[in-house]
Amino acid sequence: MIQTKDETHPTSSACSCSTCGPEQPTPCCSGSSARYSPEIHTTTSVITGADRWDHFLARWGVNRMGHIVAPGLYRLGNPTGDSPVFASANYTLSFDALRSALAGIDCYILVLHTKGINVWCAAGKGTFGTDELVQRIESTGLSGIVSPRRIILPQLAAPGVSAHEVARRSGFSVEYAPVRARDLSPYLAAHTATREMRTVKFTLAERLVLAPMELVHAALPTIAAAIILFSLAGPFAALAAVAAVLAGTVLFPALLPILPTHDFSTKGFILGAVIAIPFSIIFALIPEMSGFAEIVAVLVPLLVIPAVTAYLALNFTGSTTFTSRTGVKKEIFRYVPAMVMMAGAGTVLWVALGILRFMGVA
Amino acid sequence: MFDSYMESTLRYFPDRCINCRRCTQVCPHGVFAEGEHRAELVCSAGCMECGACALNCPVQAIEVQSGVGCAWAMISAALRGKDMDSCECSCGGPESSCCGLTKEDPCSCGAEKRNQQ
Repeated sequence: MIQTKDETHPTSSACSCSTCGPEQPTPCCSGSSARYSPEIHTTTSVITGADRWDHFLARWGVNRMGHIVAPGLYRLGNPTGDSPVFASANYTLSFDALRSALAGIDCYILVLHTKGINVWCAAGKGTFGTDELVQRIESTGLSGIVSPRRIILPQLAAPGVSAHEVARRSGFSVEYAPVRARDLSPYLAAHTATREMRTVKFTLAERLVLAPMELVHAALPTIAAAIILFSLAGPFAALAAVAAVLAGTVLFPALLPILPTHDFSTKGFILGAVIAIPFSIIFALIPEMSGFAEIVAVLVPLLVIPAVTAYLALNFTGSTTFTSRTGVKKEIFRYVPAMVMMAGAGTVLWVALGILRFMGVA
Repeated sequence: MFDSYMESTLRYFPDRCINCRRCTQVCPHGVFAEGEHRAELVCSAGCMECGACALNCPVQAIEVQSGVGCAWAMISAALRGKDMDSCECSCGGPESSCCGLTKEDPCSCGAEKRNQQ
């Protein structure tokens, strides 16, 4: 990403407002914008190889909170006092999506300090919020740079920003652009958005791009479980653990809309059961087992794998674009007890079978 | 059956609506639609309780208990003996870097003091 700084206003010796930002959150001057010496960074709409590498690392959760852009005001192209102003989060994926969508448009981009978190999540937490926006408008001296006092926000900033409150406090009217940055071009032509542009989707690509992060979260406990199961019960048991986790973290997001039922937990139970069946068959075919042992060997995967997959599926609610807190809470109370009981019963049966086989009874 | 998402905390008071259409602009799931004289609540079950409509309604015609529908965050909070509705997040970062749990140093650049969120 190309970001250079240049100063459009001579620096006042009395004020060091150009440093007022998250990097140096120390109190700074409190005068009007006329007394500021705001720095305006320069950016482009070009996404470089380095930017793409940064996006890749962000998707895999590497240095998770480190994919940041310096908050402040940026110029894209050759904006004038009449050019539009867009706001974004200081997360590289958010900022880069915006600047690449604005290719050929001379404008300003106001980057808010959202602590390296994307627009929607930051809005939900309040960091992409009314206070930060109003303060950033003031600290960058925006009212002295553009004459139309209007700022264009991504629609998904709305859970954190109160448009009428921003107008009251800063004098800047807020306009909500469509959800996706790629719709900016048609939106800017008419300043109206279709219902489709206003609606959040959750396409296969959007779901799959989240899978690496889900996988990274579950990786350590899965590897530990696989090693333990391998040493105690052999390679198929270890494979069962890996399969249950892959089902919950990769297959589940991919198949989300086509899995039966509506709740995430029940979808996960169903997917887990399908994954468990081959393992039940494999375990039942272990030679020299009594009838009781065979039944237990069939039951254990059918109890444990769906419980694990359903739990991971339920946890995917946090990554989705449509689950309400009320609904998720209902799911937790409805299904988590069943998950715990199934996993517990399966584990007890498996341990009992191991003891019986060790004693030569089963 | 097997649908925990039929109900939400969304409440709409159409008699207060001034038809500014903000709610139709900010809702990511088309819960509100433009009406002739006031906004219409057309898909209540689609509400994910993000709170955008209520926060942007200038006449408080919409109420919703906003929050993030994340099982991981709620289960983690419950396991630690905290309120499931408390502001915890699943962003994976340190608590101080998300959720706005820590107080920021006030910057006197703004005319108004930052409110804690």
